[in-house]
Amino acid sequence: MIPCNSIVKKLSLCTFVFLAFFSLQVSAQDGKQLFQGNCASCHNPFQNGTGPALKGLEDRGPWGDRNNIYAWVHNPVGFMATNKYTQDLKAQYGGTMMTAFPGLKTEEIDAIVSYINEVQPPVATKPTGGGSGTDNSGRNALIFGVISLILAIIALILMQVNSNLKKLSDDKEGILRPEAVPFWKNKIYIAMTIIVLFVVGGFYVVKGAIGMGRQIGYEPEQPIFYSHKVHAGINQINCLYCHGNAWESKHAAIPSTNVCMNCHKNIGEYKGDPLFDADGKEVNGTEQIKKLYAYAGFDPLNPNAWDANKAKSIPWIKIHNLPDHVYFNHSQHIRAGNVQCQTCHGEITAMDEVKQFSELSMGWCINCHRQTKVNFYNIDSTGTETGNKFYSIYEKFRKDLMPDTLKDNGGKYILDKNGKFIIHPSKMDSVTVKDIGGIECQKCHY
Amino acid sequence: MSDKKYWQSFSELANSEEYEKKIQNEFQEELPFEDKDGKGWLDASTPRRDFLKYLGFSTAAASLASCKTHVRKAVPFANKPENIYPGVAKYYATTYVQDGDVIPVLAKVRDGRPIKIEGNNLCSFTQGGTSARAQASVLDLYDMNRLRHPKERVVKGTEVSYEEVPSFEQLDKAIAGKLAGLRNLVLLTSTVVSPSTKEIIAQYPNLKHVQFDADSYSGLLQANEISFGKRAIPAYNFDKANVIVSLGADFLATWLSPVEFARGYSKGRKINEKNPEMSKHYQFESHMSTTGASADERVTHRPSQIGVVALDILNMLNGTEGSPVNDDAKLEAGIKKVVADLKAHTGNALVVCGSNDVNVQVIVNAINNAIGAYGNTIDWSSTLNYRQGIDAEMNQLVADMAAGNVDALFIQGANPVYEYHDADSFKKALAKVKLTVSFNEKLDETSEWCNYIIPTHHYLESWGDAEPKSGYTSFIQPTIFPLFKTRAYQTSLLKWSGNDTDYETYFRNYWTAKLGAGFDASLQNGVIENTAAAPSAGSYNGAGVANAASAISAAKKGGAIELVLYQKVSVGNGKQGGNPWLLELPDPITRATWDNYVMMSMSMAKDVLGLDLTDKNKEKTINNYEYYPEKPVVELTANGKTLTLPVLVIPGMDAHTIAVAVGFGRSEKLGIAVAGVGQNVFGLKTFNGTTADYFNSNVELKKTDKKYKIAQTQIHGSYEGRTEVVKETTLATFKKHPNHFKEYREELAKDFAPLTGDFRKESTIYPDHPQPGLKWGMSIDMNSCTGCHACVVACHAENNVPVVGKSEVMRYHDMHWLRIDRYFVSDENNPDDVKAVVFQPMLCQHCDNAPCENVCPVAATNHSSEGYNQMTYNRCIGTRYCANNCPYKVRRFNWADYTGADSFPNNQDQKLVGKLDAVVHQMNDDLTRMVLNPDVTVRSRGVIEKCSFCVQRLQEAKLTAKKEDRVLADGDAKTACMTACPTDAIVFGNVHDKESRITKMREDNQQRLFYVIEQLHTLPNVNYLAKIRNTEELLEVEEHHEEQAAEEKKETATEATH
Repeated sequence: MIPCNSIVKKLSLCTFVFLAFFSLQVSAQDGKQLFQGNCASCHNPFQNGTGPALKGLEDRGPWGDRNNIYAWVHNPVGFMATNKYTQDLKAQYGGTMMTAFPGLKTEEIDAIVSYINEVQPPVATKPTGGGSGTDNSGRNALIFGVISLILAIIALILMQVNSNLKKLSDDKEGILRPEAVPFWKNKIYIAMTIIVLFVVGGFYVVKGAIGMGRQIGYEPEQPIFYSHKVHAGINQINCLYCHGNAWESKHAAIPSTNVCMNCHKNIGEYKGDPLFDADGKEVNGTEQIKKLYAYAGFDPLNPNAWDANKAKSIPWIKIHNLPDHVYFNHSQHIRAGNVQCQTCHGEITAMDEVKQFSELSMGWCINCHRQTKVNFYNIDSTGTETGNKFYSIYEKFRKDLMPDTLKDNGGKYILDKNGKFIIHPSKMDSVTVKDIGGIECQKCHY
Repeated sequence: MSDKKYWQSFSELANSEEYEKKIQNEFQEELPFEDKDGKGWLDASTPRRDFLKYLGFSTAAASLASCKTHVRKAVPFANKPENIYPGVAKYYATTYVQDGDVIPVLAKVRDGRPIKIEGNNLCSFTQGGTSARAQASVLDLYDMNRLRHPKERVVKGTEVSYEEVPSFEQLDKAIAGKLAGLRNLVLLTSTVVSPSTKEIIAQYPNLKHVQFDADSYSGLLQANEISFGKRAIPAYNFDKANVIVSLGADFLATWLSPVEFARGYSKGRKINEKNPEMSKHYQFESHMSTTGASADERVTHRPSQIGVVALDILNMLNGTEGSPVNDDAKLEAGIKKVVADLKAHTGNALVVCGSNDVNVQVIVNAINNAIGAYGNTIDWSSTLNYRQGIDAEMNQLVADMAAGNVDALFIQGANPVYEYHDADSFKKALAKVKLTVSFNEKLDETSEWCNYIIPTHHYLESWGDAEPKSGYTSFIQPTIFPLFKTRAYQTSLLKWSGNDTDYETYFRNYWTAKLGAGFDASLQNGVIENTAAAPSAGSYNGAGVANAASAISAAKKGGAIELVLYQKVSVGNGKQGGNPWLLELPDPITRATWDNYVMMSMSMAKDVLGLDLTDKNKEKTINNYEYYPEKPVVELTANGKTLTLPVLVIPGMDAHTIAVAVGFGRSEKLGIAVAGVGQNVFGLKTFNGTTADYFNSNVELKKTDKKYKIAQTQIHGSYEGRTEVVKETTLATFKKHPNHFKEYREELAKDFAPLTGDFRKESTIYPDHPQPGLKWGMSIDMNSCTGCHACVVACHAENNVPVVGKSEVMRYHDMHWLRIDRYFVSDENNPDDVKAVVFQPMLCQHCDNAPCENVCPVAATNHSSEGYNQMTYNRCIGTRYCANNCPYKVRRFNWADYTGADSFPNNQDQKLVGKLDAVVHQMNDDLTRMVLNPDVTVRSRGVIEKCSFCVQRLQEAKLTAKKEDRVLADGDAKTACMTACPTDAIVFGNVHDKESRITKMREDNQQRLFYVIEQLHTLPNVNYLAKIRNTEELLEVEEHHEEQAAEEKKETATEATH
């Protein structure tokens, strides 16, 4: 977990499959994870997808008997041979066969079923104008600016008044003074103004120069209006179902056309809430699916004739660009670092077309590396190991993490005046990415 | 050590003043701030105001240029293949085959592109070793000069054009039409090692197969036919030999199967300190070869004397007198010594001979029989198939062609117009053949005369098999879809012989029939090996010896000057002669790039050129020769041909012999990079009636007034006389003073850290860099390094090291991250007589107390917590302070935009920087750039770069371990140079791991371990193991204590006088 304050709030539903496999106890919460990890790519509780909607399944067909569900999930082919209901279902879904999950335990299947029974349809959120989540720092700055300006003007007026009054009193006392220099000719005022302009101007020039080539908020129009909100948000498709490459490789990669068609062979219409593009214009979801069909070379009227080998790639526009001299590895961050996608990509489940959430600047990377704790290896007195074993070689850190009992040079414990051991606090409270060399140049530049 | 001197250049040998001055200057030229008129930049026509204008403009331009963001596309797969992940490299086992050279390799394929060659560890005889040429072969795949489609040669009047044949169907039809009625078909190839291809050739009706090798082993093959009744070459077990005698065989670099031999040889050269023993290597040769450089004892002779030397050895072994008299006392003494040693090691000795003369090889066979080599160090149970060409067959073919007895000639691999000793007669004969077809990949010297050129695939695009040794098969599988419209030549042969299957199917059927279901697994492993049979001695028959002996005795003596033709480790026989990596590879001995030249001894230089490089009073002459690339040029006349070639003076040459490398002077049709590089000397071979000799016993040399520039790298980095850089001694000395090197190090600790003895911490003002986790280290065994340069090319490929071209190398701008320094060891008074040559791979030493780090004003180079020295290109501003302050001279500066990485176009050809060579542009071609490693930044102009310990590989290994939730295992992370090395000279790993090989290596070799110029307290992370020569010579050992005491005494004495 990354304790970046503004981000923690936004961490949302899309969690990773693999966590599920390591959990020892199965609960309803795990049912959700299990469902998302194993079932969600084809099934939705409320809508028919590649497979049928699962809500209320125990009222249908043979599924009232839990043993039938176990048998079906573990070996669909074997079950179907003796069951007419599932044979019909297969015919209804274009001959697509349910994938076997022989590894799922019966209690895990129970957890999934209870999750399906409990889950409520998501309440569709209407697109709101400004968005409630935007921070107020910009507005505050404006207020401060206005107040400072007003104060500056007041100060100026007071100074003018002061000099006028002084002049009046001098006149009254008959002291002769040269005519006061008007403030626009006053060298002090001019110098002050120039300095202020230089500082403010310099600040914005430097800021602008640093920001060159960075494109936070970049939201290009894509060849297909693909809504992450619909897919990852409302339908809760696991990120890795489409971006599975991120698990293996430095690139997250955009899914190939055949991956889209896994589901869209059966989903030819968009029936959800109306979609709006960045300009607020309504987008016809079904038209977008038709665009996909054009790339895939898929004819919805003759679905069985489709040949994935004849599909064409969709020329998406790349949003997150790093300079050539930066090495970034997705699999490192999500597997070794256990970083959530949203940490860098923002609340993707609420975005229709994706826009760049983070700055992707070096300072941004370094800050995170400074704060983020690694999954450090430790072993307690009972011999239980925690964390990634790779880090077991960092023995010095392991020692530094332990509170230490003070000893003298001869190796004897030093006691305080009450005769108690002096416990020295541990030298470090956690091991961050920085500690293992994560902000050194050649970790990312080579 | 008064008479022993380590030296790299003649100026260093003479300690000249100029040399001292030169080495003060890291960068040997002024910044290019000069105007055309040669005025300084302040007085020039572009003065300060202009400078400010440019400054303002470039700032504004840079800002504007970065304002606009390019729209980049991310195009995914349409239908993603399973198990292929963009960004993750896959390794496929395949086989590097070039002519008969075979090395089982793995091709690293990243996003569909093969980008790096690694050795295949499953192969028992190479054990993962590779050669420079195998490493460079991946660049040949992306050579823009490969033929892109089949062509037909069309002659209209005097104009010759090569026109595209639109489709293979059309081509097959045309060929079939022309073949109809033709009866005498000949296939001319270089050695074919593929069993399935041989079957295809055998099945082709009326097709005669002739094999012709540019570097022929005909003499050896025919001699074995006489001695053993088999026209084959037995396997040589260098690892089993305690005494190795090579008569002119360059077996560590170019002879037969150098990777395999170097692997075996190195096993006998590793030293166990508890019982220091090693094999003894004698080299008889005429020129300074790479193998000769590794020899313990070297004796030079004229090339025409090789038969006499062999015969002498045989006669003395047999105890018969009346051997031909050698008038050379040194040679005579050498032979006596060798004979005594061979006698003492019967059964454990091995004699190899590089001669292509049947008679000489028959005598060598007799020697090997006399010393009991057969069945021990030479094994007939497996035969080597690397070379099978018989020179006489080729001669017969040319005669047949000239007589009009050949109707159609298919050519594959061979390139006789370039390689044959009588190329003109071949060319004439070729014109008489009705149909000529070339399958070569490029429009080479022979192909351009053929009617049709049907390019075959590069091996990385091919299916195939190779049987380098009988019982050992290695498979070739494609790693990329053919880039161009090419076709396997086997498919063409199948088609034209009426068999409609293509070669891939044929090959699959061939092996599935043999291996059944195991075929896929074999393909995945890349190699299948039969269980090794018991060594066989073969059935030796000495009947031919008498004839051979009389033929040798009757041979006429050589003239005043003789010529040897040799191969370089880089381009070899020239088949990969258009490869920029190989062309820019410095020769191990001469350190010259981009040329071939005449090598001659210092005494001959004095006689022929009047150039005396040994006379210390003629400093100016020496410096002129050494520091300027202009070298004297001679006219060389042999076989009635006259060539003008530049001269390099090299110690260790026979006094009457000159040597010129083959493989250069390729046709300009092979690309802009190769045009004008060197000259072809294959025509200087002599045909002795049976075989082609690679020497010429009578040549004429004439001095000319011309000069020619040669780009040598030997003087580019100098240690300012710090000869402790290399540590070398003899075995006898090492046995007597085993702790000699160790004591030096202990002495250092005493000197620098008198209080604690902790050399590391006490003798510095800088804080220590803590390494809480890993600490990388490298150990290089100088005893194993043979100077083969495979590591240098591997480094090129792995790290996108740019090629700079000859003109830039001449300006000291070479970019090799890893260089192999060559030191001659010789008697100061007789430098021609080289006692030893020491190779020292020199790369960034990754100092823990790095001099470069302290001087960088922008902290672009700094230390990592894993012990390596980091270089950050995007932070570097190009002050070059670091390179100035580096005592090892391993930092390289991008003087120009060698890679095309700059944001500004047209940064490569500028008035100020100078025009870059054509090869730089070739390397920046879109096709060639496909070879770049996407994980390594391509550096732009104005930044320093250097060895990074292959940090991308270290990071990948660490990540894999983290993903698998385990500790990093030893061997997970290997540098490119380490994996390329055929002799296992480089060991790399985590020195904090007590069980790792690197830790053990350092622990077990305390007596030979040293760090280069350790007294500077740079604390390098690269250590070396001292080179040991196996001779009885006892060298004087400096007594550190006494010397120091003496020095102290001197100091107090001078103080006293004050």
